[in-house]
Amino acid sequence: MIEALGLHKSFGNINAVQDVSFVARDGEITGLLGPNGAGKTTTLRMLYTLMKPQRGEVRVDGFNATTDALEVRRRLGVLPDARGLYKRLTARENIKYYARLQGLDEKVISARIEQLINMLEMNEFADRHTEGFSQGQRVKTAIARAIVHDPRNVIFDEPTNGLDVMATRSLREFLKQLRADGRCVLFSTHIMQEVAALCDRIVIIAHGRVVAQGTAASLREQAGESNLEDAFVKLIGAEAGELE
Amino acid sequence: MKLLRSIAIVVYLKELRESLRDRRVLFNALLLGPLMGPVIFLIILRLTVAHEVEQAEKPLPVVVIGAEVASNLISILKQAGIEVLPPVKDPEAAIRTQQYDLILRIPNDYADDWRAGRPAQVEILYDSSRREAGSQVQRLRNALNSYSQLQSSMRIIARGLSPNVLHPIMIAERDQATPQSRSAMVFAMLPYFLVFTAFMGGMFLAIDATAGERERHSLEPLFINPVATASVLLGKLAAISSFSLISVIISLTAFALAGYYLPADLQTTVVLDAGFALRALPLMLPLILLISIVQTLVTAFSKNFREAQTYLGLIQLVPMIPSLVLTILPFKPQLWAFAIPLLGQQLAFMRLLRGEAVSTLQMSMCTFATLIFAAMLFYFAKRVYASERLAISP
Repeated sequence: MIEALGLHKSFGNINAVQDVSFVARDGEITGLLGPNGAGKTTTLRMLYTLMKPQRGEVRVDGFNATTDALEVRRRLGVLPDARGLYKRLTARENIKYYARLQGLDEKVISARIEQLINMLEMNEFADRHTEGFSQGQRVKTAIARAIVHDPRNVIFDEPTNGLDVMATRSLREFLKQLRADGRCVLFSTHIMQEVAALCDRIVIIAHGRVVAQGTAASLREQAGESNLEDAFVKLIGAEAGELE
Repeated sequence: MKLLRSIAIVVYLKELRESLRDRRVLFNALLLGPLMGPVIFLIILRLTVAHEVEQAEKPLPVVVIGAEVASNLISILKQAGIEVLPPVKDPEAAIRTQQYDLILRIPNDYADDWRAGRPAQVEILYDSSRREAGSQVQRLRNALNSYSQLQSSMRIIARGLSPNVLHPIMIAERDQATPQSRSAMVFAMLPYFLVFTAFMGGMFLAIDATAGERERHSLEPLFINPVATASVLLGKLAAISSFSLISVIISLTAFALAGYYLPADLQTTVVLDAGFALRALPLMLPLILLISIVQTLVTAFSKNFREAQTYLGLIQLVPMIPSLVLTILPFKPQLWAFAIPLLGQQLAFMRLLRGEAVSTLQMSMCTFATLIFAAMLFYFAKRVYASERLAISP
């Protein structure tokens, strides 16, 4: 379970995130929806301990992200906005590096990597150097290394960015599978259809603030619209609703 | 496997593996960095030696005015390798306009003085402000002096005395120090090349491991792992230092071999052999560590690979400062000078090259001062590494 409690972060005069609170529960997919530049990535960075909130608190499975950062990181699998791979290492070696950084046992590592390669259908390219990988192959490798330690909570920042239709579909299936395992899944997106297709719970963020949250049905009700897209536009205010 | 669990070692092994697949890193660490110094060094030495030998053996052209009144003297000069040129009209102007380097003027009363046993005067005209005038005048003067000594000995013998009465003091020169031009160059160049090698060896890895990772957006995911930034930093520094160390070892080996190809006269003033290499290596170790930290710090402040490369290129000039200072102001090194990183090592190398021992005190001053400085910079680098802005790629 991931809890954001009154998060606040500013850079100079710009308030990137103001008083953001929400909860992402185990066995659910929570979508962080908002236009580009709304503060999604900054919020996520505070959740995965890379940035310290100036006010407020992050808790993962009850552990405080500021005082217990290492424990929180162990409990999180993160696909950040930055997906850099080591181009002179193979996909398998990239994943193995992270497994070792997670402190996994060598015996566990090879079995776990084999499992992930099958699950994400990476067999074809697992032993190639990652230089020249397609966007889809990159994302798969980055996801595999992010969850190699079998975390209870996963945070994916815009996971479908740059993926083609087929890759997007299989990624959605993968997220559903993570949910079926009882994990807490939190991902951010600026694409409406994605939340509609996947999320149990939606947190809409605009101008660094949470403007609405709840299930798809409750959001439609809140906005008084029968269509989720109309509800979204209405809730964030028309001028901020540059949906793609 | 317990060992592998240590994060620093995991990072270290990954950096090594990746670098071993990078031709640019290998080229710099194994070829360019370590061998450029010894090769340039040998080429310059060979060239200057060839030049000086040529200078010594080449006939020395001298314009002689009044050669007809001193035929004995002229034939002796010719034997000494002096080429006698015909007289010119205005000798002073010929020197000033650099038409000729040297003119020997023998006055008309030379023959009279000679026969009367009075000191017979000859004049040497030259311009001392010209670079090569010194050694040329010296050669001509030596030739004249030896003729003069020979004559005086013969005159003394003719009067029934021993020529030894002319030499109440005999001077035997034993040159102790003041390294001559070429060995001075060895002392100035070699320590710099060694430090330069330490810089080159790890440079590309240093850039790649921080600025490169940042530019390729792999630093943010790396730091999301449950690891202390200090361990990651340690692993990277160890990898950079390893490459730098390999470079230095190759370079020292090459220099030790180059020692056998030094011109014979230099081999008596410069000690450059396996012993030098073995004594220099422990002096380099703390410096290698310090350099890896400096390089990492600099790349951490660079926006990208290119910028890091530019900054490190500039930093590489820093070790020239002690070399230059020591060449321009050759001061007698006090103990405190050994406590200044870079300067201390270079002073120690110069002692070793002269065949002098580096005392335990000097050695430990040099080592500990460098290590303390390295520790302070490590602390700073650790803070930079833990900062939010480093991990997040622009």
